[in-house]
This record gives sequence, C-alpha cells and structure tokens, in this order.
Amino acid sequence: MSLFLAVELDGAGAHPAAWRASGAAPAAVILPGPLREIVTAAEEGGFTLATFADSPVPPSIGVDIAGRLEAVGRAAFVSTTTSRIGLAPSVPTATTEPFHLAAQIASLDHASRGRAAWVVEGSDSAELATVGTDGPPGEAAEVVAVVRALWDSWEDDAVIKDVATGRYLDPDKVHHVDFVGSSFSVKGPLITPRPPQGQPVVLAADTLGVAADIALVSGQDRLRERADAARDTGAGLVFAEVEVVLDAHRPAASRLADLNRATPWTTRRTRYTGSAEGLVALLADLAGTFDGVRLHPAVLAVDLPLLVEQVLPALDIPARGDTLRASLGLVKPTNRFEGSTR
Amino acid sequence: MTEPRLHLGVFYTGVGQQYAWSDPGNADHTTIDTFVQIAHTLERGLFDAFFLGEGLRVRENRGQVLATDVAGRPDAITQLAALAGATTHIGLVATQNATYNFPADLARRLATLDLLSDGRAGWNVVTTDNAWTGENFRRGGWLAHDRRYERATQFVEAAKAIWSSWADDAIVGTDSWARAGSIRAVERHTDLVELTVVPTVPRSRQCRPVLFQSGDSPGGRDLAARHADVVFSANTEYEKALSYAEDLRNRLASYGRSPDSLRILPGAGVVLGATDAEATERAEWLHREQINPQRAIGFLEQYWGKDLSAYDPDGPLPDIEPDEGELDPSRGTISIANRTGKLDRIRQWRELAEDKNLSIRELVLAIHPRERIFVGTPARIADEWAHYVRTRAVDGFNLTPHRLPGTIDDVVNLLVPELQERGVYRTHYEGTTLREHLDLPPIS
Ligand SMILES: Cc1cc2nc3c(=O)[nH]c(=O)nc-3n(C[C@H](O)[C@H](O)[C@H](O)COP(=O)(O)O)c2cc1C
Repeated sequence: MSLFLAVELDGAGAHPAAWRASGAAPAAVILPGPLREIVTAAEEGGFTLATFADSPVPPSIGVDIAGRLEAVGRAAFVSTTTSRIGLAPSVPTATTEPFHLAAQIASLDHASRGRAAWVVEGSDSAELATVGTDGPPGEAAEVVAVVRALWDSWEDDAVIKDVATGRYLDPDKVHHVDFVGSSFSVKGPLITPRPPQGQPVVLAADTLGVAADIALVSGQDRLRERADAARDTGAGLVFAEVEVVLDAHRPAASRLADLNRATPWTTRRTRYTGSAEGLVALLADLAGTFDGVRLHPAVLAVDLPLLVEQVLPALDIPARGDTLRASLGLVKPTNRFEGSTR
Repeated sequence: MTEPRLHLGVFYTGVGQQYAWSDPGNADHTTIDTFVQIAHTLERGLFDAFFLGEGLRVRENRGQVLATDVAGRPDAITQLAALAGATTHIGLVATQNATYNFPADLARRLATLDLLSDGRAGWNVVTTDNAWTGENFRRGGWLAHDRRYERATQFVEAAKAIWSSWADDAIVGTDSWARAGSIRAVERHTDLVELTVVPTVPRSRQCRPVLFQSGDSPGGRDLAARHADVVFSANTEYEKALSYAEDLRNRLASYGRSPDSLRILPGAGVVLGATDAEATERAEWLHREQINPQRAIGFLEQYWGKDLSAYDPDGPLPDIEPDEGELDPSRGTISIANRTGKLDRIRQWRELAEDKNLSIRELVLAIHPRERIFVGTPARIADEWAHYVRTRAVDGFNLTPHRLPGTIDDVVNLLVPELQERGVYRTHYEGTTLREHLDLPPIS
C-alpha cells in the first residue's frame, strides 16, 4: 500500500536536546547553509513534503535552542534551490494579519512554482502577547476561510495584456472577497495573483477544527475513528504524526535515554524507537489507516540519513508531480469566483 | 576623504503605469525567474540593492480593479527570501508598512531575511494609513493620519530593541545552547505599540537590517533624521536634491548624528540611446505609452468620479460636471498637496484645454506629473550623475525600470562602464553586507 511521507525539519531535530547530538556548531540550527543542505537531503531522499515548525517565541526558554528563523522565510529561501519537494512553513493564525499570511503563502507558491503548503497553528498566551493581546481569539477557522478566499481572488487568467484595449488585466477576473468574520473583516482582492496551485495545500491538526487538505492526527488512541472523522469533515488526506529514533552507531533506546537525560522529551505523538526494519513495518501497518505519515526525526543529523538510506527505499512512495497538489493526487480546485461579477 | 561614489539600486514597485507592458520584450511580472535573472544582472552591475515596493490594496478605478496598469505583486519579504537563496551580494530591501503590521512579527521576518542573506537585508519604512487600505486588515483604518509617523517611530524603536536583544556571543553550546542572560526580553507599552516578546533571531553580519525611509513630509523627514540609514526621496532635480540634502543634514545634526551616517538616494528613471536624439525619441514613446488613450480617460475618471468611457480620448474634455467629492486613495497614495482642491484643478484644466485647444489625451499628456527621467547617451548621463555625487547633492539613485529587464540590462551594460571610467562607481564589491555596500559606518 502506498504512503506519502512528510518530514519535519525544524532546528536540529524534534528532540529538544538534539543540538547536543548533532556534531555541528550550535549556531548551525539558525544558519542558512545547513538549512539548505538538510532540505536538499530530504528532497533527494524522496520525501513528498518538508515542514518547518515555528512560533513567534523561542523553541526553548530553558537550556535548549532559543533561536529560530521565521518559517515562511526559511521555506522561501530553499524554494529556489529545490525543485520537487513540497515546502510547508508553520504560521499561526492569531499573531499575523490574515491578509499578509495569504500573500506570503501565495508568494511561496509562486517562488517554488507550485510547491507551497501551510501548517496552520494556534497560539498560546505567550505567543499572543507578542501582538499585545491576551486572547484567545478562537478564530483559526475564520482565518483559514479568508486566506482561502483571498487565494481565489484573482482568477488564473486575470492577466490578459490586451494591447488593443489597453487592458493589462481583465477587471472582471479580480474580485473583492468581502469577508466578514466575528472579529475582523477583509475586503480583498489579494495583492498577489492566484498561486500556481490555485489553493496551496493546507495542513492542520484534526483537533484545530479548520478546513484542511491534510489533517494531522497525533496520539495513539482511536486512530481509525479520528481518521474517518477528519475525512468526513472534508480533509482530502489524513496523515499520522510519528516521532522517530533509529538504531545508529548505538541502539535507539540508549540514544534516546541519553537525550532524555539532558532534557526529557514530552509530547503526545506516537514515538517509534528501534531499527529501520521495524519502522518500515510500522509504516506499512499505518498505511492501512492513513494516507501518509509526517515523521519527526529526533536528531536530523543522525536519523534523517538513516531514513533516506534504510526506510524510504523499502516503502511504496508515490512518484512526485510538477506541483505539490499533483504529488499528493489532489486536484486543483475550481475558483469560487469564476463567473462572479463581484 | 576619498572621492564620493555613486550608489545604485533598482526600485521595482510591481504596479503602476511606469511599466510599458505592451512592449513585447517585457518579461512576466509574476514568475520568480524574472526576478532571479534581474538580481543576477544587478550583481554583475555591482548594484547596492534591489528594492521591492508595496501597496496593500490593489488599485481601483470606480470600484473595480484598475485594468490599464501592471498589477499583482508578491509579499516582498517572501520574494526576497527566495532571492537570498539565489544570490550572493545584492542587498535586498523590502518596503513594509508600519501601520498595518504587528511590530514583533515584522521585526522577526526582517531579521530572518537578514540572517538568510548573511547581512544583506533592508527595510523601507512606509506609513500608508488610509482606511481604504485598512479594509484589508484586522483593525481597519485605525490610525489618525497625523499620527502615522508617531506610530512608525515607536514601531522602529521597538524593532531596533528586538534586533539588539541578543548579545553577540549569545550562542555557546556548552551546558546550554545560549549563555544564560544573553537574550533580553523586549516589552513595549507605548501609546501606539504594545508587545512582549523574547526574540528568536540573533544579530546578522551587519547587526540589523538597514533602514530606509521614503516619506517627504516634515514627519517623514524627522523619522529619517532620527532613525534611517538611507532616504529614498522624490527630490531628484538637482536644485531640489541639493536643498533636500542640506535640510536633512541639518536635521541629522540636531539628533547628534554625523552627515556620513545617512545616504540619500532619490528615485529616478533612465532612458538611454546611442545618440541624445534617439534617447529623446524613446522617452517620448514611453511617455505616450504611459498616457495611452485608455489611461488618459482613466486619469480623468479618477478626478470626475464618473464613467467617462463614452468620451473620445482625441476629442474635447467631458461636458458633464465632476463629482463634488475629493480624490480617494484607490489609485495609490495621494500626496498631501493633491488631497484637496480637486474642483479648482479641474477648472484650470478646462481653461488650459480651451486656450490651447487640447484633446483629452493631449491635456493629460501635458498635466500628468512626470517622474524624473534622465534621458540621453550613457556618456551624458554619466557626466550628469558624476556632478550630482561630487557636489554631494545625492549619494546615488534608486532606479525605476520601465521595461523589464530591458532598462536594467541597458544600465548595467552601457551606463555602469561609463560611471566606472569617471571614477565614481565601484569596480568590484569590497564588502559583503548591504551596510558595507552603502559605505555606512558599522553599528557599534
Ligand atoms: C521614491 C518613493 C517611493 C515610495 N514607495 C512606496 C511604496 O512602495 N509603498 C508605499 O506604501 N509608499 C511608498 N512611498 C510613499 C511614502 O511612504 C510616503 O507615504 C509618501 O511619499 C507621502 O509622504 P508622507 O508620508 O511623508 O506624507 C514612496 C515614496 C517615495 C518618495
């Protein structure tokens, strides 16, 4: 059974103490050169999609990594040096303007020629304080709705360059969105022409309650039930979230024990610790319930090469297409404003 | 002091009638390839910077998007981050609005661009505050017009605090990733800025993004004198440039800054030709293209506030009366001088058209504010620019192309060698950061 594979590439890896085991200078996690190398490795390894976790506040306020570059910038930076892998920055809905967010992801889609995606994130109180509110705004679904409308606000063929009539664009094909939400409104149209994919791919945790193309399910319980529920609410695809620690020069369990001695790794995601073959078997099993899996390698410098060399070749991963939607078998949606005179 | 040198940038606004889009040699304005190619040409021409303009609402004509001009542009920082990955030297400057952004969010994105480009980022601070643009944002038109530079000043000060929150030796990687106490939380509770954040981006090779300012009002000039590293002005004519430079340098002194801590780069167009006559002919073609028949009607529609499509552009002025209301901002930011007095201006135009027997298009060709364009052979323009920079009227120019990439190719291939011959232009990049390109003093 085939399975799409996404990989999370933030910092030194998903484990908070990963920087101690990376064998690189500590500053490498915020430098563009190492970022480019890691994304290139993931692309060459065959991953469909790379995600870039983010937040307006530091990843760690303790002894671990305190630095991080903004994720849309990171994804855009590698857009011109990659050609097949999807690029999915995390962007919170509450701490940026929906209008800017829509333009940023649309621009990433133009720069990457149709490989942009957006991982929708909620915000906690420290994150909300960066924009001077104590929230919670509880409006993630509205932000996703208006961003999607803005992506449609230019029709694909709006630019006509008709010399005879002196029209660069056809004004009937660029639309106000007139979005009115519970606490804000947006007139539109977007400043950016329609992205090549029409709608860049939206990923979100199934618990966030937003209209996603890919629902992300983490945890161990009721997996099939939750996958079905996500599909029922409109998600085209459902991915499981899986953390990975692989046997390397030392057994995975003892690598993990060392890392946890430095900083305990406490999350609610499924975690796999063991051999590459065992992970292949787990993924094959998950393929019965899920369309894909997002892997969270504990230490990118160690676990990513092992995934590329020993795990991906043993799996049936669909070939990548010209755009991320094409790679994922998602059709380009019809523009909601087609034929509208608004 | 060494001979002053000219600094060149390209200002790509992404919209507007300056682009002669009907020229078949014009590249696509949306694809990234166009911009990667331009950035490479600018690096070959040893330019300081590539600038992207910004306007946060698509321009309209009577409630529909304006059809006659190039429109549609990317988010500037995202586009420039993509270009950072494809270039090695060129400075990357994003025009970003201080009214319709969250300070901590924008400061972080700009710092990110600065790290990704290894010290080549800049921010052109603009303040469009009109409620029409605000309709795209959470707070709508929330800011009183006369307070926009107070907001911008508080915003820039918050951004500077965020950009200096990391000690230079913060990242140690011993017991902890960062040295304890080496990253300061930033809190601002001023009347127009409210934030609490622990910043996540360290200083770049140039410390922080270079700050550009382009407003011309007293508030704009004051913000420039207080905080900007570069001003991007509309004072391009020699005499205007000279008195503007003097005014700014006086303002600098009042903030205790040295005259060398600010660069002045007015915007300018360039039309080159093998002979002066050929260049003049091209400039004429360009002007008539920019005011083509449809744009002539569109220009009057903005003033009349009415549908004038039934009028012949080669015929007399509309016989109907204009709307009473003043101009709205739906065609782009209106200068203070043009915000009132619309009906008086129309009356004067009617008189002019009658006196000189002008058609609609002839009138608009005569009255439409013409951007400052340098027209001539490369040698003539190089002489003129050398004079500007040797007399310190400017430190350089920010060029607005009319053809993409034609204007830029011409300047790099034909004009740059002439400037180099006159000793007023670099022959290689001496530094790597935008600050270094601009010969600005390092930040202590
Ligand atoms: C050369 C030049 C370029 C400008 N580019 C932009 C731009 O891209 N986006 C924008 O919103 N404003 C832009 N402005 C507008 C200024 O920010 C400013 O608002 C305007 O000149 C009016 O001046 P004032 O704000 O000091 O009254 C530009 C101004 C100049 C002189």
